[in-house]
Amino acid sequence: MNAPSATPAIAAQNLTRRFGSFTAVDRISFDVQAGEVFGFLGANGAGKTTAIRMLTGLLAPSDGDASVAGFDIRTQIDQVRRHIGYMSQRFSLYEDLTVNENITLYGGIYGLSDATISERRRAMLDELQFDPPATELVRALPLGWKQKLAFSVALLHQPSVVFLDEPTGGVDPITRRQFWELIYQAASRGTTVFVTTHYLDEAEYCDRLSIMVDGKLAALGRPAALKAEYGVPTLDDVFVRLARGTAPAGAT
Amino acid sequence: MSAPAVQVDAVVKRFGKTRALNSVSFDVGAGELFGLVGPDGAGKSTLFRILTTLLVPDTGSATVLGRDVVTQFWDIRSRIGYMPGRFALYADLSVEENLQFFASVFGTTISAGRALIDPIYRQIEPFRERRAGALSGGMKQKLALSCALVHRPELLLLDEPTTGVDAVSRREFWDLLATLRASGLTIIASTPYMDEAARCDRIALMQAGSVLAIDAPAAVGTRFPRALFAVRATPRALLLQTLRSYPHLASAYPFGETVHVSDNRANVDPAAVMSDLMAHLASVALHDVKIEPIRPGIEDTFMELMVAPTAVAA
Repeated sequence: MNAPSATPAIAAQNLTRRFGSFTAVDRISFDVQAGEVFGFLGANGAGKTTAIRMLTGLLAPSDGDASVAGFDIRTQIDQVRRHIGYMSQRFSLYEDLTVNENITLYGGIYGLSDATISERRRAMLDELQFDPPATELVRALPLGWKQKLAFSVALLHQPSVVFLDEPTGGVDPITRRQFWELIYQAASRGTTVFVTTHYLDEAEYCDRLSIMVDGKLAALGRPAALKAEYGVPTLDDVFVRLARGTAPAGAT
Repeated sequence: MSAPAVQVDAVVKRFGKTRALNSVSFDVGAGELFGLVGPDGAGKSTLFRILTTLLVPDTGSATVLGRDVVTQFWDIRSRIGYMPGRFALYADLSVEENLQFFASVFGTTISAGRALIDPIYRQIEPFRERRAGALSGGMKQKLALSCALVHRPELLLLDEPTTGVDAVSRREFWDLLATLRASGLTIIASTPYMDEAARCDRIALMQAGSVLAIDAPAAVGTRFPRALFAVRATPRALLLQTLRSYPHLASAYPFGETVHVSDNRANVDPAAVMSDLMAHLASVALHDVKIEPIRPGIEDTFMELMVAPTAVAA
């Protein structure tokens, strides 16, 4: 099901979205290779969410093009949706359903057979070393488990690209690191991971990352290369320099 | 020493079978900037609801500004400012109307509270006619802070004021808190971000309803019970995997581009640990291996306390 390896998992060319006279995303261009962990950073309001909504087929671009998993986000929206997974801190699993019911529901939405669902359910829960009973309501799970489970459910249909929007917000420091190990495991199996975070130490775990400022892609590269380029010791410094550079503190 | 601004003594709060607070005790001194640091589910919000007199503890007691949270709640409410974790302003009122509303509820006016809120309100004043619902995240947060301060409270309680906020805005927010603290206000703020904890005078590390440790941020790191080393090498996945099979491994956690590692042998010489680690890593194809001793930070200690709470909590 994966796109041919020569095709980037995500390719954006001058992708643009305007709302009235406001340009939320301003001609951004980048490629993400299959199996890459790609960090997508930016200050609040920089345009990250709008860009993600376009790449996941929820919002049409005003201009420019993009393909995800080899499919055009303008003309092949259904195909795009079938080949991506999505998870965020806010939207993950249904709290009023049990663990098992959530897995069955998502498997059904993606058209998996009952046999496939139960086989993948077992593999998933084994791999997560999931302690709580699978008949437990998701609401009753600790946040750390919820987030790890939500990530695995987002991969249930074996998408070639998974979008993670602040997946580790509010999670304890040990679970946060376990979560990143799940990300690495998925990437090592060839899944492309597109991830946003406000934890800049996590940005170091990405193969490459981009930083959006005021709708534009202000930086793109490997973490080490970005730090070298700006001559600073941490990505936090890179981020602050970029974000402050165009929007000084206290500007009106 | 003056009377503490807040005293919490063995507070327990249950919700059904969940113990949201498991015998929590701490004091906050007048004029202190005190941090409650921990992930979701640590009990931080429950604690705030008890201190703001919105919830009553099952057992234990607490005083705020010398008044009991159960018997003198009415007297407490007008003396504190509270910014809850979720945006709790009126989205359909303008910036200025929200501020006026909160001032009038407390029987005061914007101009009376103006001096205290000025450094914050100045930044949103150009938008005073905009509906609060149409503000950006950062501006909403500054308006919420202005509304919590407009009646000139003696104690400010902030429940995760920077959650979901980007790194730059987070820094600016803590700069504002530093300004408020310098004016003599007592502040209790909660955060899941360990880097923000360093901006507090003292912090309580919280996890699953319990306080793991209370100390000055710089002192928290000294509770880490072993020597700690930062190891870097490429590829990092192989580094982490190889470290996991180090025979004397006590802990190995990724920290940005390094892995923080400690050795489980008692009284072992740090130089010996470094050479043993180097020898262990030499068995695989790693490049640019570098090992250096480092001072443990808040997050190192937090994880240690999560895994072995009794070893370092005392």
